[in-house]
This record gives sequence, structure tokens and C-alpha cells, in this order.
Amino acid sequence: MSQPSPTPASRRTNSFDPSLARERCRRYRRRILDISQQVSALHVAPAFSCTEITDAIYHGLMRREADGSFRDVFLMSKGHGCMIQYVILEEQGILSRQDLDLYCKRGGRLGAHPDFGTPGIAASTGSLGHGLGIATGQACAEKLKGSDVAVYCLLSDGEFQEGSTWEAMMMAANLNLANLVAFMDNNDFSGLERMSEGHKAFYPLAEKARSFGWEVAEVDGHDGAAIFDAVMARRADRPLLVLCKTVKGKGVSFMEHVPIWHYRSPNAAEYQQALAEIERGRA
Amino acid sequence: MRNRFADTFYELGKADPRLCIVVADISPAGSIAKFRQEFPERFINTGVSEQIMIGMTAGMAQRGLRPFAYTIATFSLYRPFEMVRDDLCYQNLPVTVVGIGGGVTYSTLGATHHAQEDVSIACSIPNLSVIAPCDPSETAAATRWCATQEQGPVYLRLGKAGEPDFTAAAAEPWAFGKLRMIKPGRDVCILSYGPIMKRAFAVAERLDAAGRSAAIASVHTLKPLDRDRIAEILARFKQVVVIEECAPNGSLAMRVREIAWTSRASCRLDVFTLQDEFKHCYGSHDDLLDEHGLSVPAICAALGLA
Repeated sequence: MSQPSPTPASRRTNSFDPSLARERCRRYRRRILDISQQVSALHVAPAFSCTEITDAIYHGLMRREADGSFRDVFLMSKGHGCMIQYVILEEQGILSRQDLDLYCKRGGRLGAHPDFGTPGIAASTGSLGHGLGIATGQACAEKLKGSDVAVYCLLSDGEFQEGSTWEAMMMAANLNLANLVAFMDNNDFSGLERMSEGHKAFYPLAEKARSFGWEVAEVDGHDGAAIFDAVMARRADRPLLVLCKTVKGKGVSFMEHVPIWHYRSPNAAEYQQALAEIERGRA
Repeated sequence: MRNRFADTFYELGKADPRLCIVVADISPAGSIAKFRQEFPERFINTGVSEQIMIGMTAGMAQRGLRPFAYTIATFSLYRPFEMVRDDLCYQNLPVTVVGIGGGVTYSTLGATHHAQEDVSIACSIPNLSVIAPCDPSETAAATRWCATQEQGPVYLRLGKAGEPDFTAAAAEPWAFGKLRMIKPGRDVCILSYGPIMKRAFAVAERLDAAGRSAAIASVHTLKPLDRDRIAEILARFKQVVVIEECAPNGSLAMRVREIAWTSRASCRLDVFTLQDEFKHCYGSHDDLLDEHGLSVPAICAALGLA
């Protein structure tokens, strides 16, 4: 099991080193796999699809206060992907190693969906289609207060099937929330099927979002630098949606594009194979 | 009630910059127009989009504001139910959800607009406090409490307009979570809340005329319910009557029965609620209450008054 390497509180953000990011993401995936051997309740594949996105947010975009706390807000709307957030928060020293060791266990405080009130968690999510609405309210509040706090919200592509997400898309644009950045983890899988096959009308999404008044960027969701650059290059006069093309289960051959890995946890042999593939740097 | 809410919110909002109102394409009338004009950034209309109305208030509260969500009761509670439950109640945020026209107030609009189960549903969600004032004065007091409390979400159920003042002569002040005697009496005690209070007073008048001295209590806070005071009333009066504009399941009536059982009350208990039915009929608010069996003559007949 890898040891977390705490990030110095004084670290300056808004810069991004791709080689460091690759090593971090390997470490995160290993840690997630380790935890998967302790409990079976786990969404490994959806955490692997958004590993680079979440890393780019925490290690590139989110600014810190002098005391080390985050100035900006990150809200994990796709709550089932929270393992990646937990392992990053563990490395940041915001969650403890014991917290993660007790993941989904009695006496612990981390479940398979994030919970408001837990350190580092901006909202209780898990039921899909809630996060962007809450993030819109948060961005609206920060704008009303006259602060420069940015709100980053990560959604699954499946969440864009919820009408509530489109209500939020409308309102965030109506309110000109330039401090709101949403990321879509476009791994193309809902629980049942490939979205591009079962829900063709969902695509193309970029022009739908633009027609709703959003700025849109399209990137490779496993290229942290591309994600970081897309956000830094935004016009910042309206909300930004970063469409991140991703692979569900990224990094492990037998998980990639296989829907059952939304739900299941690797057995001992699968764990060894997955670890080896991650070490070899498939992701 | 609606106008008094708006007046009170305007006064409070002038003093507290954290107060915001998020509406879903409905005018809260009266002073809110002034509030909107003076503080346009704190008046947000989401349009006909109730889920974002609730979702946004959650995010606003998390970032230090004190938002109210405001629309017709069915659309403030039923349409965005999961947002009320998950975003507000699960996260226990100090947001007030205002439901205008609780019960069958929107009597000409059909059952799509009848919030006949709102109190039952709201009372069943953990962390959600439920307040249903009976008149403008209670509305002002409740609004003030909602705007200044920090403990969690509240469902504030209001009438529409034109409710008379029932509590001017009340000896007891309004206090959150406390039952309030608003008319003294010795023999019978009527428990009621919300706009149907007008019928409670009409029934009390008939009881008094028949020589059965009737007290009336406003049970304005449905959750947390003042169980101790209800048990005391059940012990003290020979007869207790519940009159409410709410579906029977999960109603005040059901809970008073439960308190009567657990407190081993021996008084006579009569309850009058809306029926467990959708009514396919139209007319005035009074017509709809009559249709649900809540006419004053029907209640009086059930109470043995000729």
C-alpha cells in the first residue's frame, strides 16, 4: 500500500506539472484498489474515469488561503465517484488514513457517497442531478458577497439526463455566473448502457450547452494539463462547461468500457492484475 | 397572510443582507415588489423551475446566506421533493421553504394545485420543522423566527390572502414549537391551525351558545409538536376536537390520537380532516372544505349540536 505524501500547505496553485500529475494519479488508483480489497461497496470504475479531472481541480485550479485551506470550492456532483476525492483529501491531510481505512465500515465516516459535514466535502450527493443546482446556489452566493471564490462542480454524463441539471444550466447562465465551472465526466456509460447508443439525442452536447449560454471546452479527460489549460484559458464572462472525454475504468484493461465495473469490486486475482497494469502505466 | 409575509420579509431583509428570496415564477405580492426593487440581486426568479429553486437555496445557505424559497405549496414541496429532502433536510441547512395556499386554498384550480398532504409529508422528513400560522399576525411572528434561526430547514405553510386576525386577543405570545391558546374556554378545546381556523371559531361560537364553553388553541408548529401541552389539554378538558385542512394520514388528528393513547387520556376526542380523496370539484375555498365534509354544520352535527 502506498503511503500518502502530504502536500505542503503553502503550495501555490494555478500551475500544473503533467509529470507530477501522472505519478499522483497512479498513486490514487493504487490506493483506491487497496481500499477495494477491504470492502466490496465501491465504485472503482467511475472513480478511475474522473481521476485526472479531480486531480487537475485540486492540484491546479483550486487556490489556497494562507492557512492552507482551500479558497475555492469543489463539489462532487457524481457522488458515486467519491473515492477519488477521498484519496486526494487523504493526501492533503484533510481526511485521515484511518478515515479511509474505515471506508463503508461501521464506526467510519466515509460512505460510498460523499456527505456534507465531512471535512473537505461541499455537499451530500449521490442522488444524481443535485450537484449543479447546489453549485449554482454557491456560485450565486459568492457573487452576491462580492468574493472571487470559484465553484468547481464535477458531474457524470448520466447526470445530464436529469431535468434538474438543465434547470441549473439555465439558471447559472441567466445569472451570468462566471465563477462557476462544471466538468462533465463523459465516459459514455450510464448504469445500463452506452449513452451514445441508447440516448443518441443526448449528443452533440457542446452545442446544447452553448445554446444555453455556457462557454464550452472539449478536452481529453485523462489529460490533466489539457483540463487545466482549458479552464485557465476561459473567457470568464459566463459559466464554463468542460466536456471531458473519458474512459470508464481507465487504467485497468478488464474494467475499461465494461459496465459491471460501475458496481463491482475486484477479487484478489483481479486486484493483482489491476495493480500491475497501473504500475506499467496503462493510465 | 401572503402580504404580511411580504411586509415582514421586506423589513427583515433591509436589516440583514444575508436574506434572499428565490421564487419560481410567482409574485409574493405586496412589499416584495419593494424588496425586489431595492435589492434586485437578492430577489431571484428561477422561472418555472422548482428543482433549481430549492437546489440553489441549499448552495446559498452553505455559503452563508439565509434564503427563502417561495411558490405555491404544491410546487414548493411536491415538485422538488427530493431536493427538499436531500439538499435541505439531509444537509440540515437553514432555508425556509414557503408554501403558499396550503390545503385546498386554490379551490378553483383543481387538485393539481391542492396541497392537501403537505403537512403530513413535511412532518415526515427528518430535520424539517413545519409551521402553519393561522392569521397574519402569526405569519409575521413565524417569518421573523424563520429568518433569524440557524438550526435547519423549515416548511412555512401560508394561506393565500384575506385571512382575518384570530390572535389579537390571545393571552399567550407566539413561540416556535409551542401550542398557543388563543381563546379561553372550560369544557371543550379545539385544536386547529392554518386558514381553517375560521371554521374553528365558528364551531366554538356554536358550542358556547349551547352552553359548552369552548377554548381554541393554535397548533401553529406542527413539527416539533408541543406534545406535552397537547397531553395536558387532553387531561384537562372533557372533550377535545381537532379541525384541520390536511389529509388524514400523518395529520395532527392522527398524532393527537397517538398522544391520547400514550397519555391514557379519557376525554372524548373528535377529529375533522380533509378526506383521503382527490376532489374533482371547483368553487370557493369554503366550497372545497364543505366538499371534504368540513362544513360548520357538519362538524357541529358530529359534535351533537342540533
